[in-house]
Amino acid sequence: MDQDDSAAARTQNMTKVERTSDREMRVTRSFDAPPHVIFEAWTKPDLFMRWWAPKSMGMPIRSCEMDVRTGGSYRLEFGKDASDSFAFFGKYIEVVPNARLVWTNEEGEGGEGAVTTVTFEEKDGGTFLTFHELYPSKEALDESLVGMDSFMPEQFDQLDALLADLGAAT
Amino acid sequence: MVQHAHNALDASFAALSDPTRRGVLERLARADASITDLADTFHMTLTGMKKHVGILEQVGLVATEKVGRVRTCRLGFIGLEAEAAWIERYRQTWVDRFDALDALVDEMKMKEKMDGSGR
Repeated sequence: MDQDDSAAARTQNMTKVERTSDREMRVTRSFDAPPHVIFEAWTKPDLFMRWWAPKSMGMPIRSCEMDVRTGGSYRLEFGKDASDSFAFFGKYIEVVPNARLVWTNEEGEGGEGAVTTVTFEEKDGGTFLTFHELYPSKEALDESLVGMDSFMPEQFDQLDALLADLGAAT
Repeated sequence: MVQHAHNALDASFAALSDPTRRGVLERLARADASITDLADTFHMTLTGMKKHVGILEQVGLVATEKVGRVRTCRLGFIGLEAEAAWIERYRQTWVDRFDALDALVDEMKMKEKMDGSGR
């Protein structure tokens, strides 16, 4: 495959995000590589660290440990330095090599967290990937989407800006 | 989603073109209020205020709820638009992640090919 072909194929690889229910998010994407390659990128810490925290997230990964087998655990630490770092951790509850990963997210307060399922399906020599998150409640998913405590101030900031614009225009 | 957001924004701006309605929003930003409270504050008839609140409610800027005989108004601002915005932000993270993953995967494929042919 030459460069142009692969670029054309890539434009087909749209990232689709859907909130499939109050408690569920689903992300789908096709990749131009077979499932064993994509699976490897999700399960080897040195590879995973290279793509999971893109610059736009503004938070680099400090460390990553993964014991990828059913019952094994993982731990991801983010942050610029030790003082403002925070961790995501949990257990793999299902591991089917090159096909399926299911893990828990236990970093939240109060015990029960989301369960993440990633499937890798072979499709035309490439991979169709589905990332699915099931949250314990609608509130937990809302909170995760909004981020930390940003909802109310942001809401009023936007309203202020809108009102200011209108005030200036009249 | 972008088009939908634009339409909703147009409707929101239209709803905000009236000074009383802007005042109502400023008032509700401080605290919830009944339609009667709002009518009093803006020296207006109940019917007139109901009309303004209805317009704001239609575009989602205000939410109302009837409790007993009193209809309470509160800011409903971007309830839905905010969710669309959050989902868009979530999507952007994944787009960036997957772009980085694509680059890595290209490298892995190349390496696999070289390892394979070198054998």
